[in-house]
Amino acid sequence: MSTLDETREAALAAVNEARDLQTLDNVRVTYLGKKGLFSAFMSELAKLSKEERPQRGAVINEARSAVIAALEVRRDKLEREELERRLNSERVDITLPGRRLESGNLHPLSRTIARIEELFASMGFEVVGGPEIEDDYHNFDALNLPPNHPARASHDTFMLDNGLLLRSQTSSVQIRVMEQRKPPIRIIAPGRVYRNDYDMTHSPMFHQCEGLLVEEHTSFAELKGVLHDFLLNFFEEELEVRFRPSYFPFTEPSAEVDLRRKGGKWLEVLGCGMVHPNVLRNVGIDTEKYVGYAFGMGIERLSMLRYGVGDLRAFFDNDLRFLSQFA
Amino acid sequence: MKVTKLWLDEWVPNKLSAEDAAEKLTMAGLEVDSLSAPCGEFSKVVVGKVLECWPHPDSDHMHVTKVDAGTGEILQVVCGAPNCREGLKVCVALEGAQVGDLKITKAQKRGVESAGMLCSYKELGMAEESDGIIELPEDAPLGVDVHEYLKLDDRIIDIDLTANRADCLGVCGIARELAVLTGQSLRYPQVTPVPAAIEEIFPVQLNAPQACPRYLDRVIRGVNQKAKSPLWLTERLRRAGLRSVSPIVDVTNYVMLEYSQPLHSFDLNKLHDHIVVRMAGEGEKLTVLSGEELSLKSNTLVIADSQGPVALAGIFGGLNSGISDETTDVLLESAFFSPDAIKGRARQYGLDTDAAHRYERGVDHDNQRRAMERATALLIEIAGGSAGPVNEALCAEQLPQHAPIELRYAKLSKVLGEEVPQQRVFEILEQLELHPQQTDLGVRCVSPSFRFDLGIEEDLIEEVARIYGYDVIPNAKACSELRMLPRREERLSELTLRQKMCDLGYFEAITYSFVHPDHTKVFSALPPVMLTTPISPEMSAMRTSLLAGLSQAALYNLNRQQKRVRLFEIGLTYLGDKHAENGVRQELSLAAIATGEAHPENWGHQARAVDFFDVKGDVEELLSLTCRDDVDFVPSKEPFLHPGQGADILLGGQRIGAVGMLHPLALKALGLKGNAAVLQLKLEALLDRKLPVYQALSRYPSVRRDLAFLLPKSVSVKELSELLHERGGALVQELRVFDVFEDEKLGDRRSVAVGLTLQNKEATLQDAEVGALVESLIAAAQERLGAVLRA
Repeated sequence: MSTLDETREAALAAVNEARDLQTLDNVRVTYLGKKGLFSAFMSELAKLSKEERPQRGAVINEARSAVIAALEVRRDKLEREELERRLNSERVDITLPGRRLESGNLHPLSRTIARIEELFASMGFEVVGGPEIEDDYHNFDALNLPPNHPARASHDTFMLDNGLLLRSQTSSVQIRVMEQRKPPIRIIAPGRVYRNDYDMTHSPMFHQCEGLLVEEHTSFAELKGVLHDFLLNFFEEELEVRFRPSYFPFTEPSAEVDLRRKGGKWLEVLGCGMVHPNVLRNVGIDTEKYVGYAFGMGIERLSMLRYGVGDLRAFFDNDLRFLSQFA
Repeated sequence: MKVTKLWLDEWVPNKLSAEDAAEKLTMAGLEVDSLSAPCGEFSKVVVGKVLECWPHPDSDHMHVTKVDAGTGEILQVVCGAPNCREGLKVCVALEGAQVGDLKITKAQKRGVESAGMLCSYKELGMAEESDGIIELPEDAPLGVDVHEYLKLDDRIIDIDLTANRADCLGVCGIARELAVLTGQSLRYPQVTPVPAAIEEIFPVQLNAPQACPRYLDRVIRGVNQKAKSPLWLTERLRRAGLRSVSPIVDVTNYVMLEYSQPLHSFDLNKLHDHIVVRMAGEGEKLTVLSGEELSLKSNTLVIADSQGPVALAGIFGGLNSGISDETTDVLLESAFFSPDAIKGRARQYGLDTDAAHRYERGVDHDNQRRAMERATALLIEIAGGSAGPVNEALCAEQLPQHAPIELRYAKLSKVLGEEVPQQRVFEILEQLELHPQQTDLGVRCVSPSFRFDLGIEEDLIEEVARIYGYDVIPNAKACSELRMLPRREERLSELTLRQKMCDLGYFEAITYSFVHPDHTKVFSALPPVMLTTPISPEMSAMRTSLLAGLSQAALYNLNRQQKRVRLFEIGLTYLGDKHAENGVRQELSLAAIATGEAHPENWGHQARAVDFFDVKGDVEELLSLTCRDDVDFVPSKEPFLHPGQGADILLGGQRIGAVGMLHPLALKALGLKGNAAVLQLKLEALLDRKLPVYQALSRYPSVRRDLAFLLPKSVSVKELSELLHERGGALVQELRVFDVFEDEKLGDRRSVAVGLTLQNKEATLQDAEVGALVESLIAAAQERLGAVLRA
């Protein structure tokens, strides 16, 4: 049997020679296991006298600890090496594209409408809808546009085989809302409208957003303020806004609103005015007590200006190469 | 309405540039659409005279001329115009002149030297077409620059008039506005009544005084229709967009442009006995100037003589009574027709004339005599003739009455949100000739005969505001009660659904509401509402399904090399329904189409075509927003769906839509090649969701058991899972189908593997319990469904 020193040296050598964790563990069992060589030294202590035992014990323990320490250092090193090997083998090309689902996106006109809704909602305007197949009364008569009114001619209204028509303006929603509710009223109504006109700059179907406010106290000056703020917030750029007298049968006074971007020309973007007393009377609202304003804007026009779209018809081709630009 | 700056200057002396005048008019409500020059660009073009003219030796149409252009030397100029002749005063472009893109140099024209060019209206940019060179009056001074001679330093102001401002359909009205805006007074042209040279009158009878309360006529005999209208007049007509025709036509057009008072001229010798202004008899015939024979309706006012109608009052003349080049004796008409009698009538016969445009919007009811005198004077000056007295038929009580309009200062301030100084209000109303008078609360106005658009207080508010300046009124901050709007948590927004569809990989489309009737019929047997005058047959039927348009949008993209198309739309469908308002149920729908590849091309996905379960999964995802578990899919009978790959979608037992692969016949009818999966849902069904109700989490562990059954193909997975739930009761917390396998070797069975999560919420589930439960499930599946557990 070899001496303790020889065993210790042999153990340390075996530890350092171990090339993998399994070999290292075999070394541990051989030297430090229950039936290992150091246990054998310990069992020999019994043969020694009471006085000799502690001293010899301490020596054995010291040798054993040295082996344990070496073993741990070696294990740590081997573990690190193995992890590194594994990680190396698991390396991927992170430049490959991910397995994404690829979302679609909203239509640019929906995007514009959502934006308008958000801006007006912040001022307490509620979004409402209305029918697109309309009767003459809601689309014209109730809006102070009696039959044969010259302003009707400019609408090129689509007539239907059931005697109804396709609404030519979202203003029809004004009437439907005021028939249902009492003031105060604060609504916007985005939606489709139709006119029989089809060329480079006209689509037989397009979108408007109507706005209506009827309260005890409001004014043309407030209407100006609201629309001015809206345009600045919508476009988020420096622009001039001007209100110009115009004519709509359902508002009096009436105005058209133009904007001018830096270095640009005046562009007409919306129509507005104070609700005509005949319109309020048609829905039974007291014209001495209440005042109201209304406005209407073209969604395509606003979208074209905002996103630089040059061709109106692109909105309705639904070409994915176009749609996907508005993610 | 086109007017020129120089013409306006005659009425309103001003020093404004055309641009500034246009800006002022625009900001007062007369929107100037464009400013343009009355001619093209040219220089060094002067008045000349053709001294000699002989045929070009080497050409069958050209002439060689000697021209005196006041330059001190006689020029030789070759000219190709047919009207080139000796003695003519012409416009000569001198050597070195620039005419449009053309530089005039001394050149050989087929071997003959030419030192200039005789110009046509077209060459000077004054006409689209011309059939010869310009013929200037004999008294045109030699050598004078043509710009100066024809007063071409002018601008054409094109105004886009609103329907209420018919008073501005004449220079007079626009000038009146400019006068108010510049603080000038209006300078009316001198109109001296022409005394009667003959006694003759042509009698008039007003049989429909409501429609025509005032009718003036006047006989003028001995007019020379061959005379030429003077250049100043034809130039004004041209700049206003009208062609010179003959003295009578030119004069009536000119007066209409000046006063917005349409005039009509009859050939006196073609009229019989007298004029009657009356309503047409139903079916009465009249051939109008365009040659078309109209069958009249009884709502139409006509001018008739003893033999029958000779003109559509205020709209169009009759062919048989009209003037011609041979006319020498004329009957001029200057009348007031009520707008209500003219509105819509021209359109009902498919006509659109300058006269009808004015009469249906309204003309000044007090201007007929002035227009008549102006026309008479001009006509006699140009074409000679002797006028009879003005003959007026009048029914004064039927003339428009302008009632006083009250304007309260308080109302003015309330509506405008601006205190306009009272003195300024008064001044504006006075300038507008509204004759204001102070009252206790404000002013009382009476609008003049030419402002027939004003009737109520708000009209006056607008008048004050637009002259005061919309831009002077401040942009005020809104001043309203703050009211919190209700926001129901159980209500989803449409935007949430749109966003969900986007997240599922669909692009939002917006397709036309009107589609090809054949396409809408693919998706619904319901007859669509049809447009009476569609843009095209492809856009003539109101959609009953959004899929009609979406399928075509998909096709559009497939035809443009897209391999994977996913589109959705939210919008109305229009369904005939006698219980709905106006007989049409207008229902919001959500629909989508997916064609081509199931996944975007990617190295990580196995490429395959889209199938039923892709879109069914999308429907399930969408419905998950409602937090409801009473969703069911049952085989669909929709004819547009594949009979074995289509499902009706039920929510709470109610059918809310369908999903599936398109039937091959539907694909064919829509022009689609390859497969397409579709879904459509009633939007309303998706908008209500349940609020979450908290369930306490169980402390006890769950166990999972996987069971693979061989299931007869006639048995659905739904039957299996319903059975397992029924037998397992509350212990079956979750059931997932994790494998489905079909193989020829399995015969008419397939393998369906389900994973069961079992849990007792009250106690720890014991192994024995689990074993017994699983045994009973297997037994039930075998007994009830003929399912065998796979070995």
